[in-house]
Amino acid sequence: MAFVAQIGSGVIGGLEYLGSLADLGGKAAYYTFIAPFQGKPIRLQRAVSQALDVGVRALPILSLITFFIGLILALQSAYELRKFGAISFVASAVAISMTRELGPLITAIVVIGRSGSAFAAEIGTMKVTEEIDALETMAVNPIHFLVTPKFLAMIIMLPCLTIWANTMGVLGGALFGVAQADFTFVRYIQASVDALFLRDIVSGLVKSVMFGVTITAVGCHEGLATGAGPEQVGRSTTRAVVMSIFLVVVVDLIFTALFFFGSEH
Amino acid sequence: MIEELEDDFSPEVMISLRDLRVSYGEREILHGVSFDVMRGETMVILGGSGSGKSTLLRTLVGLEKPSSGEVILRGKNIATASAEDMDEIRKKLGMSFQGSALFGSMTVGENVALPLREHTKLEDSTIEIMLRLKLEQVGLAGFEDYMPSELSGGMKKRAAVARALAMDPEILFFDEPSAGLDPIIAAGIDQLILELKRAFKMTIIVVTHELASAFLIADRMVLIDKGNVEAIGTVEEMRNSTQPRLRQFLDRVPEPEVAREMDYLQMLTKQSGHSRGATAKRSA
Repeated sequence: MAFVAQIGSGVIGGLEYLGSLADLGGKAAYYTFIAPFQGKPIRLQRAVSQALDVGVRALPILSLITFFIGLILALQSAYELRKFGAISFVASAVAISMTRELGPLITAIVVIGRSGSAFAAEIGTMKVTEEIDALETMAVNPIHFLVTPKFLAMIIMLPCLTIWANTMGVLGGALFGVAQADFTFVRYIQASVDALFLRDIVSGLVKSVMFGVTITAVGCHEGLATGAGPEQVGRSTTRAVVMSIFLVVVVDLIFTALFFFGSEH
Repeated sequence: MIEELEDDFSPEVMISLRDLRVSYGEREILHGVSFDVMRGETMVILGGSGSGKSTLLRTLVGLEKPSSGEVILRGKNIATASAEDMDEIRKKLGMSFQGSALFGSMTVGENVALPLREHTKLEDSTIEIMLRLKLEQVGLAGFEDYMPSELSGGMKKRAAVARALAMDPEILFFDEPSAGLDPIIAAGIDQLILELKRAFKMTIIVVTHELASAFLIADRMVLIDKGNVEAIGTVEEMRNSTQPRLRQFLDRVPEPEVAREMDYLQMLTKQSGHSRGATAKRSA
């Protein structure tokens, strides 16, 4: 019986957590899309500086990682394809797996490591040093002030980063294609473009927007839920990273399944 | 009841607490606190650690919701105020936090300007002038481009006061203004509070356990102990009071159970005699 009760309270806890994420995400979405038309403008300057942090400063590391991932994908698929003398399909294999899956996913994981953790640490520190309380006593809504610029920056920058990651992955594959599979660079790119349908790219980008919402909600929620004391900031940051990776994978699964069954007809 | 009180509301009463109770979960921290604060008065809330004085202050600025009772600020009950009403009330309040709570990612000037930028439609140049004035009032002229991390403890406190003053509040709250400061810097903060009181006739609420500072700045004091009002009165009344808990606090008499070494040791030996479970419970 105790075991059943434990499962029950675990499920309730999980649902409560999802509920508070949805609440925070919903409020951030309200302040981003609706409130500006009710005379509560978004702090664009803060959003732009967040976008720089989340997006532009992530480019070097993201480029390097996705270039290597593209190269790895090419090597792995060539290993199997060459048995059938089909090594020329390397280009389409890399292009499709990058745009549909690995581009958005790797981008999300890099952004979780750089920005999701930073959101939790920044807001958590502000919670511990009473800065969140200070905002409230100044009649400044902490969600409007802190979360909304991050939310806006994330849902814009994550798709942009994903497009960039897809490109770098294809270039990584091209390195193998040119060196080992008798492609010229132009022909490799041509083969990649031919292999892709618009819906491959769009499905990846839709996923990346949902990843952005997830990462912002988890990072900011963990920050705001930080308890008293500096050591709690470390715990919130760790939780933000672990929960974000888990939930991004869950969101990925849900949307991949939706696209799969949606494209049957 | 609220209507009645609002009708009765005299312009002289700035804050009115009626049987205020506040709980964290199951645990009640304040057990029915009632007193008034008059306009232009400096009220010092005294109390030991864990007495509930910080909770009282947090409730007064709307950071904690009362579980019952009333907190009437400028004629509005903040226990039942809507979010919009609460925001309007808060614009007339200034709060200086214990750790100063300046935003670390902004300069001192941006910190002071934040409430103005959020709540007014003033030109940048006007805001610039206002923030310089506020910084000058607290003795920090010329420090607007410093980051909070570059300031000393006392300067941070002053910057926090400047930010609290930004919206020309009617009521100013201080949480432990001299905590963590050396006596000279702390005296400077006391002086600042006195100047604000004289110059602006502001209503000031100070939570502290620093007796010297309390007697210097207060018009009236209230002693909170274990979530109840133990004593309230003017500085003179408090000084001459014979209320035992207040006397103990003012004369700095330690709690008896840990005062004598022998008693303390006895307490410890008694404790170790208990079963393990009982000790664990106590430490939890």
